[in-house]
Amino acid sequence: MKARHKRFGFIAAGLVGLGLAAWLVLNALDNNLSYFFSPTEVVENKAPADHVFRLGGLVEGGSLQRGQELTIRFVVSDGANRVNVAYTGILPDLFAEGQGVIAQGRMGEDGVFIADEVLAKHDENYMPPEVAEALDKAHNQATEATN
Amino acid sequence: MIPEIGHLALILALAMALAQGLFPLIGAHRGIPSWVAMAKPAAQAHLLFMLVAYGCLTYAFLVHDFSVAYVAHNSNTQLPTLYLISGVWGAHEGSLLFWALTLALWTGAVTFFSRSVPQVMVARVVGVMGLVSVGFLLFMLLTSNPFDRLFNPPAEGRDLNPLLQDPGLAIHPPMLYMGYVGFSVAFAFAIAAMLGGRLDAAWARWSRPWTSVAWVFLTLGIVLGSWWAYYELGWGGWWFWDPVENASFMPWIVGTALMHSLAVTEKRGAFKAWTVLLAIFAFSLSLLGTFLVRSGVLTSVHAFATDPARGVFILLFLGVVVGGSLLLYSWRAAQIKSSVKFQLVSRETGLLLNNVILVVTACSVLLGTLYPLMIDALGGGKISVGPPYFNSVFIPLTVPLALLVGVGALLRWKSDDAAALAVRLLPHLLISVVAGFGLPLIFAPSFSWGAVLGVFLATWVLFTTLQWLRERAGAGRGLWQALRSTPRGGWGMVFGHLGIAVFVLGVALTSIYSTEKDLRLEPGENYSLGGYDFLFEGVDVTQGPNFTANRGRVVISRDGAHVATLHPEKRVYAVQRMPMTEAGIDAGLFRDLFVALGEPLGEEGAWAVRIYHKPFVRWIWLGGLFMSLGGLLAASDRRYFKLARKARLTADQAAAGATA
Amino acid sequence: MKARFLIPLGIFLVVVVFLAIGLTKDPRDVPSVLINEKAPEFVLPDLLDPEKQVRSADMRGRVWLLNVWGTWCPECWREHDFLKYLAKSEGVAIIGIDWRDERGEALAFLRNKGNPFLAVGFDPDSQAIMDWGVYGAPETFLIDKKGFIRWKHTGAITSQLWREELKALMQRLEAES
Repeated sequence: MKARHKRFGFIAAGLVGLGLAAWLVLNALDNNLSYFFSPTEVVENKAPADHVFRLGGLVEGGSLQRGQELTIRFVVSDGANRVNVAYTGILPDLFAEGQGVIAQGRMGEDGVFIADEVLAKHDENYMPPEVAEALDKAHNQATEATN
Repeated sequence: MIPEIGHLALILALAMALAQGLFPLIGAHRGIPSWVAMAKPAAQAHLLFMLVAYGCLTYAFLVHDFSVAYVAHNSNTQLPTLYLISGVWGAHEGSLLFWALTLALWTGAVTFFSRSVPQVMVARVVGVMGLVSVGFLLFMLLTSNPFDRLFNPPAEGRDLNPLLQDPGLAIHPPMLYMGYVGFSVAFAFAIAAMLGGRLDAAWARWSRPWTSVAWVFLTLGIVLGSWWAYYELGWGGWWFWDPVENASFMPWIVGTALMHSLAVTEKRGAFKAWTVLLAIFAFSLSLLGTFLVRSGVLTSVHAFATDPARGVFILLFLGVVVGGSLLLYSWRAAQIKSSVKFQLVSRETGLLLNNVILVVTACSVLLGTLYPLMIDALGGGKISVGPPYFNSVFIPLTVPLALLVGVGALLRWKSDDAAALAVRLLPHLLISVVAGFGLPLIFAPSFSWGAVLGVFLATWVLFTTLQWLRERAGAGRGLWQALRSTPRGGWGMVFGHLGIAVFVLGVALTSIYSTEKDLRLEPGENYSLGGYDFLFEGVDVTQGPNFTANRGRVVISRDGAHVATLHPEKRVYAVQRMPMTEAGIDAGLFRDLFVALGEPLGEEGAWAVRIYHKPFVRWIWLGGLFMSLGGLLAASDRRYFKLARKARLTADQAAAGATA
Repeated sequence: MKARFLIPLGIFLVVVVFLAIGLTKDPRDVPSVLINEKAPEFVLPDLLDPEKQVRSADMRGRVWLLNVWGTWCPECWREHDFLKYLAKSEGVAIIGIDWRDERGEALAFLRNKGNPFLAVGFDPDSQAIMDWGVYGAPETFLIDKKGFIRWKHTGAITSQLWREELKALMQRLEAES
């Protein structure tokens, strides 16, 4: 009988451990998912008002405002609707107007999306057109950078 | 002409791989010695043709043969020679070729270094690896031929992705692939053992050194990748829980579990079925990683070429290899009878716990990686699982691992005395608690429970591991004598576990005490961070071989004394016209200072600048290097060579006896 | 007792099913709000002759493809030969928009590689492109006779895509009045 008790102990300890791990995983999943919404969905109030989410779309051409300070404002659009975005910090290399972007953050009270992270993704088959900016840069190296 | 030779060599390699896969396996099954004997020559011919094919592609890069599509897409006449060579594995087709070459290399190594293993077993191992090769070569020839020609060759190539133009990244993929593919050896041994119906301790002994070597490569590959991301992506982070990173990390975790489980199976004959399952899983996760990276089912910063046809092929391949192995497993594992007994307090239990924790960790990483895919498949919309998920799961799971790692090694096989062990460990516990509270209180800028835990765990791992060395000195031996008599395998364990201590300390202190600041700085402006003064002197334009750069100048001083001058760059590569941030880093054992350029702000030469002070960040990679060293020592243990020599002698005698 | 050794296989099969479904979905495929909407109108200067203009309105009553490309876009090079095949052998009407490009480079590109387009609008400053919600290049839209967008593809057009999806759809749209 002793062997059987020991075996039971092993199994019980294993189950408790697995249960703990499962709880940990589910809890973490629950708290750390962020859903993806398009500007249209945001305008239609489908995005959560009090939770972090990801806003994806296109940085509208000519909408990028870069002041003297670090805060940057731009508009994310999906062709049908537009959302104003504010972000304080340094933008990733591949960020550019007219190009796809994903911003993670939450809606502010004035309808401006406050991003705490901005991702511009690189994909070798479907290259976003950072070209024009880069071209400008390459041409204007000596004088002043334009963006 | 040369590319055609390469193409032909690939086809011949496929033929050889087929021969290598079919004849030995059937021969071993039916007992046809001449078919079994084909394993080695076929594998070596396969390797030869792969080397020829690989050489041809490299040659095409070196002579700028832009009539080869792959070369035209991934290189340029201005590209430095180092990147012409590393460009070969820089994109989809070439990296597959490299994968297949690596597999052929490992197979070749098995044929050269397995003289102690019975011929039938080697034939089966080589056969299984041959079948895996067939899959990869077919994939390459059918969907991604690196030797495809262009009808109108361009005069100039499109250049290698600038992100890949870096020495760290040039050697990162080969290391990673050597690791990934290296697990195929353990996998093949497990499958061969199942095919032969002999799931005993022998296969575990044979595959142990191979697993360790593969694990060392994988560890080095991951360390290099993390280091590269740190200085090249310009974010100062060292791990992002990106799907592609996870794809390399999951096989690593399972591979670590496998190394430990193999030890139990070899020494004690326990966990036989479990070890086989781990060997299958380690390689399956390597294949899954390839699938995730190559098929584009998950978006990632690394996103490689995505093509549904390729995805379907790899998925089918994955299904056949893994599904087939698991089916074989469900049949064979049911026949294993394990009669090994051990007590609750024993080294077996310690290693069992190690395995359970590692596998649960791997599963949670897998779940987080695949979760967005599952939700999307179920119609739940597009979601992403962020780094906080992984951190909040990974850290609680690894704490018990760190608590057990040194203790497990101190336990005796079969059964041990818990009370006596507690007495031996008590002083170490006290020292660790004191260090855990004391060191952060004295040295750190602020108190943090995380730092206490980190320092405590690191000290605990350090002292319990050293205790193992000390206990070898008992029993009438002096310390020096004991150290000298410790086998390489023992030292491997010590260094591997010390690596964990170093790693834990690095992770804890970096994540808690790092400070960063995004700033607007005008030339001549000063900012103070972590006790250092950063003086921004402005930005000017410089010219590189295939890029132009805005090059900043930041002078760092501490209490008026000059520390370093950093030159962060913002590069624009001429051909791909892609902007790239090249951070300026002053590296040190106890802290890194890190400056990255953002964008110019306004007309007066002001720039957005990101500054980091990262204490102990090097320790993270140092820990990885320690672990690799440990793995290397373990793999080179004399025992394996002695066994080999003994086996060779008996084989020779047997042969002599047969001829006499 | 034996069944427990089948558990790993079962779990693996579930994973494979999810991976297979995942394969059918393109993570880059950001849901477009423009499908089955009226196509935005554009008037752009002609790439080949700056004096002339390319108008979307001129295509009314035809089923046509709008292809957004640029010489800076590697995938557009790869796609180009197939576009030529579509225009020549399948008689597909393709209007190009040369986006964010330099006129000289674009002209040289078409001279060297051939021109599959009925007309090419030149859009260096993303004037027209914005309305179409284009994220990058290449991107292709299918517009029906009434001027509605019926289909969109991000990335290169391949022969497989043509065979399996686009060809049948175009034939159906041609049959509509």
